[in-house]
Amino acid sequence: MADLTHPVMWFYIPVTIAWVCFLISVGSPSRFIDYDWLWFLFRNMSPYFWAALGVALAVGMSILGAAWGIFITGSSLVGAAIRVPRITSKNLISVIFCEAVAIYGVIVAIILQTKIERVEPVNGVFDKYAMASGYSIFGSGVTCGFANLVCGMCVGIVGSSCALSDAQNSTLFVKILVVEIFGSALGLFGVIIGIIMSGGVKWSA
Amino acid sequence: MYGFEMMSFNIKDGFLEAIVRGHRTGLLTVADYNNLAQCETLDDIKLNLTSTDYSQYLANEASPIYTATIVEKCTQKLVNDWNYMRSQADETLATFMDYCTYGHMIDNVVLIVTGTLHERDVQELLDKCHPLGMFDSIATLAVAQNMRELYRLVLVDTPLAPYFSENLTHEDLDEMNIEIMRNTLYKAYLDDFAAYCRKLGGTTAEIMGDLLAFETDRRALNITLNSIGTELTREDRKKLYSNFGLLYPHGHNELAMAEDFDQIRSAMEKVPAYSGIFSKLGYGESQMLDKLLYEEEVKKCVDCYEQQFHYGVFYAYMKMREQEIRNIMWISECVAQDQKGRISDGIVYLF
Repeated sequence: MADLTHPVMWFYIPVTIAWVCFLISVGSPSRFIDYDWLWFLFRNMSPYFWAALGVALAVGMSILGAAWGIFITGSSLVGAAIRVPRITSKNLISVIFCEAVAIYGVIVAIILQTKIERVEPVNGVFDKYAMASGYSIFGSGVTCGFANLVCGMCVGIVGSSCALSDAQNSTLFVKILVVEIFGSALGLFGVIIGIIMSGGVKWSA
Repeated sequence: MYGFEMMSFNIKDGFLEAIVRGHRTGLLTVADYNNLAQCETLDDIKLNLTSTDYSQYLANEASPIYTATIVEKCTQKLVNDWNYMRSQADETLATFMDYCTYGHMIDNVVLIVTGTLHERDVQELLDKCHPLGMFDSIATLAVAQNMRELYRLVLVDTPLAPYFSENLTHEDLDEMNIEIMRNTLYKAYLDDFAAYCRKLGGTTAEIMGDLLAFETDRRALNITLNSIGTELTREDRKKLYSNFGLLYPHGHNELAMAEDFDQIRSAMEKVPAYSGIFSKLGYGESQMLDKLLYEEEVKKCVDCYEQQFHYGVFYAYMKMREQEIRNIMWISECVAQDQKGRISDGIVYLF
């Protein structure tokens, strides 16, 4: 099978396909790319679409990061624990740190979800309060989701090294744990900014 | 994998990497060697080794124990570990681990062919073969009279076939030809292994490039040392050097020209990595060279455990375990032959 981790596979090919589709199908025949038409499309997207996408990204990306981290840590931990069983209970802390990343995502998703209110469009157009709310919930979800995705990977990689080095030399555990704590603090930044961004949400005047 | 091995390595190989690091913890330390060096008899050595990872392999051996038995059991430990990891490995890692054992396979082929030339018993030779380099049809090697037969009857079914088919000659097998065959096979093998590691990319390519460059330069050095004063021409000698390594290509030209130890030395000292080794070596002390090279290799192997998420640890584990078995063999021989004063001369400490 082709190597999915190669940048050609996960970046260049999808981007090229998207770009070709974009060039072929978008705009009026008289203009190569009709930016006015695209802008019109963008303006008319429902704020509920943005809000829902934000909530989905917040929880989805966080859980992807957490799962990835737990996997990286877990596979090393399982292998290292065969010879040195004492490390298992201590290194569960690494798994818990990864798990916390998923919980950040769930918390932010719940907060964002409670901010969604029902407003009716006037003549098929949402007013600017509703649009601003949709965008800020989307932005806050993306911020939190991506921050937690990379935070989960970071904690997972450090946790894997932590398990391996604890197996070799138990004095290293606490030292690497400090690194891991700072790694897991990264996710909190995303959570804080996400909550602040969605703080001013007001769906109607 | 373009720096992504931190995220993707553990998907397939994280478990085994942790396992091999666990095995590394079981290697004997300086303290263990000091205890072994105090032993008066082989039974003492056995007793000391039973407090290490070798315990379950040596515990049930009957009391008049011999060096050969100790070495055999220790090798068995390496082989069992290795086969366990090999059977768990994913495809790329499994190929990598197979590559690590082809060197033993070449040695076994050469051992059997040389032994047959001297009319030794095949069974006796098979017992001497390294278990990691065994393949199904190895016993039939004895029937081959020249290289073409050797290839067509036996080796065509083994992983060594591609290395062999490049260097096929009609010549009969004699001592000199066998030695040349061993070195041409090794050259092809190391080139192939290095190419495979480069293909894997990332940290594996970096670490294995370093380890294999050292291995191939050591072989080049040994070929040169052994071919001084033989009928091997300079061109033939040069053909035996691999196409990579720190000496490639200028160092190889100089080594091919070298006619005595001092010329070899001046060729090697031009590479900064080796000038350190040769500076430890006083003039006329070529005997110490082997030990210094082993020490350098072990140092590289230990260092490669400093990085995570690469395959080099498996190769390094095999090399270190083999060095340890050589150490145990040396200690046992010294004790058995009542030469305890010389024990510290032959040990290469790992940690």
